[in-house]
Amino acid sequence: MAGAGRALVEVRGLKKHFSVGGGFLQRKKTVRAVDGVSFDVIEGETLGVVGESGCGKSTMGRTMLQLYPPTEGSVSYRGVDLAGLSRQELLPYRKKIQIIFQDPYSSLNPRQTIGSIVCEPLTLHRKDIGKKERLELGRELLRKVNLDQSFVNRFPHEFSGGQRQRIGIARALAVKPEFIVCDEPISALDVSVQAQVVTLLEDLQGEFGLTYLFIAHDLSMVRHISTRIAVMYLGRIVELAGRDELFRAPLHPYTRALLAAIPVPDPEYAARNPIKTLEGEIPSALNPPRGCCFHPRCPMAGPACEEGEPAFRELGPGHYCACHKA
Amino acid sequence: MAAPIMEPQTAEVEGITAAQRSNARIAWDKFRKHKLAVASTCLLLAIAALCFLAPLIAPYKFDAIDLRNIRRPPSARHVFGTDGLGRDLFTRLLYGGRISVTIGLSAALLGSMLGTLIGSAAGYYGRGVDNLLMRLTDLAYSIPTLPLIIVISAYAGSSIASLVAIIGFLSWMTTARVVRGSILSVKENEYVVAARALGFGDLPIILRHILPNIGNSIIIGTTLGVGNAIILESSLSFLGMGVNPPTPTWGNMLMDSQATMATEPWLTFFPGMAILMTVLCVNFIGDGLQDALDPTL
Repeated sequence: MAGAGRALVEVRGLKKHFSVGGGFLQRKKTVRAVDGVSFDVIEGETLGVVGESGCGKSTMGRTMLQLYPPTEGSVSYRGVDLAGLSRQELLPYRKKIQIIFQDPYSSLNPRQTIGSIVCEPLTLHRKDIGKKERLELGRELLRKVNLDQSFVNRFPHEFSGGQRQRIGIARALAVKPEFIVCDEPISALDVSVQAQVVTLLEDLQGEFGLTYLFIAHDLSMVRHISTRIAVMYLGRIVELAGRDELFRAPLHPYTRALLAAIPVPDPEYAARNPIKTLEGEIPSALNPPRGCCFHPRCPMAGPACEEGEPAFRELGPGHYCACHKA
Repeated sequence: MAAPIMEPQTAEVEGITAAQRSNARIAWDKFRKHKLAVASTCLLLAIAALCFLAPLIAPYKFDAIDLRNIRRPPSARHVFGTDGLGRDLFTRLLYGGRISVTIGLSAALLGSMLGTLIGSAAGYYGRGVDNLLMRLTDLAYSIPTLPLIIVISAYAGSSIASLVAIIGFLSWMTTARVVRGSILSVKENEYVVAARALGFGDLPIILRHILPNIGNSIIIGTTLGVGNAIILESSLSFLGMGVNPPTPTWGNMLMDSQATMATEPWLTFFPGMAILMTVLCVNFIGDGLQDALDPTL
């Protein structure tokens, strides 16, 4: 895919369904949060994942980490399928794959000191070293994320959103991971702080050779940080291409609608070119439409779109799209 | 990384111990500032000391009957008055407190420990475990307490230890429900997900990330349980399943005096006050403990 590099993570036919309801005399319903996604994450790249709220981006990221057991499909890390491994068997991979979270307020335990938060991963994965060395490593991690090492004795509530996000990053870095799922790491932050955190993530990527899966809904930030971008809609990936290719020549009508909706910081331009918003609402994942899941909102939909589900196929070099009309 | 100081060894060691000491230290300092909690601790300790030193302090014997001085109001000879058999109420309060305070505190602790255990398992594991444990809780709630007590105490006898066990095993349900509810919300926090992503097992996650964050509900449950346990002991005694006369407890003194509340109010007032003071003290201590353990305050 996309020329150089080998796949670090291979996701094949991954599905995650949740059953909801199912009380007395009620049928259980199934939410198809992730419904058959396949892609590779190339070593050293940043794969951006964009899509509307509720399209399954975060669920996909967490299922890749086996935080939710996949309903179907496989997630291979350097050729080893992680699905179905026990907690003990997963431990060596927990060191390699980490996650940073969206909400800097709920991602740090309010009762732990910063030192305890950052050193906690080491109590499990670095049993060979003593408490003193762990704390020293913790201080070093804080330095890596540009925080003062004297913060180890303080509690999370004493910090701002951006600082807390960096503490979360330090915790993920503690085990020296190779692959980090960034689950909307900047969407809860102020714009000025967003830039700092993204820059930090880029610096760390350079220093440690990290690979990111960067989940977001802000296209301009994703464009800045990503090597390739995957567009998700209703639990499926509808388009996947190199960053520039995707922005220059989007193939899927949903991608085009998303790109057209990026706000332009120029009021005169905006007045002359009103954003053509997409008609309709995102359908419920409880009951996704037949055929192509996008057809009820698609301006190009034809009879074929209501019948068959479009295959996710390679239409250009490294440019994948699931659309009958593309 | 390269440490900026030339002798980092000693410096670091001191840094760590200072940090550890400061956590407990901070909590203690905060507790000391909570005046009501400190006063309550002192009062509760005083009550306990008076009760356990009863043989040394008490002016009379707890079962010394004096039929010429029955139902006397408080006076210089009998500071809290006398009961229907002329026994000195102050003496009986001191002796009664030994049993009531012991049973109240230990049964409440046992009950909330059981409740926390069951509530944590139900809330954390969810699904089948939750269903099973919560239906068990409903069942335990719905069985009338007294017939159950009669059956249990027929086997267990009526030592203080068995009373603590019986009362503890009958009072875990509220804590279990409260703990389960709190865990349902706390376990959705991303720091719990982060711990799972790091590979931690269920027990460390519950102990380190979940229980410390629901400590408030557990502390409240325990403090409320103390009063309930003291009263439940008196019901048991009333049925002949608990402490037998003439040994006094606050509960059975209160029960015995109910009929004469209008004519000899001191017989209900003093045991009632003793229970109230104890429960209030425990509540204020719980309150102070919550504040002391909360790093955001």
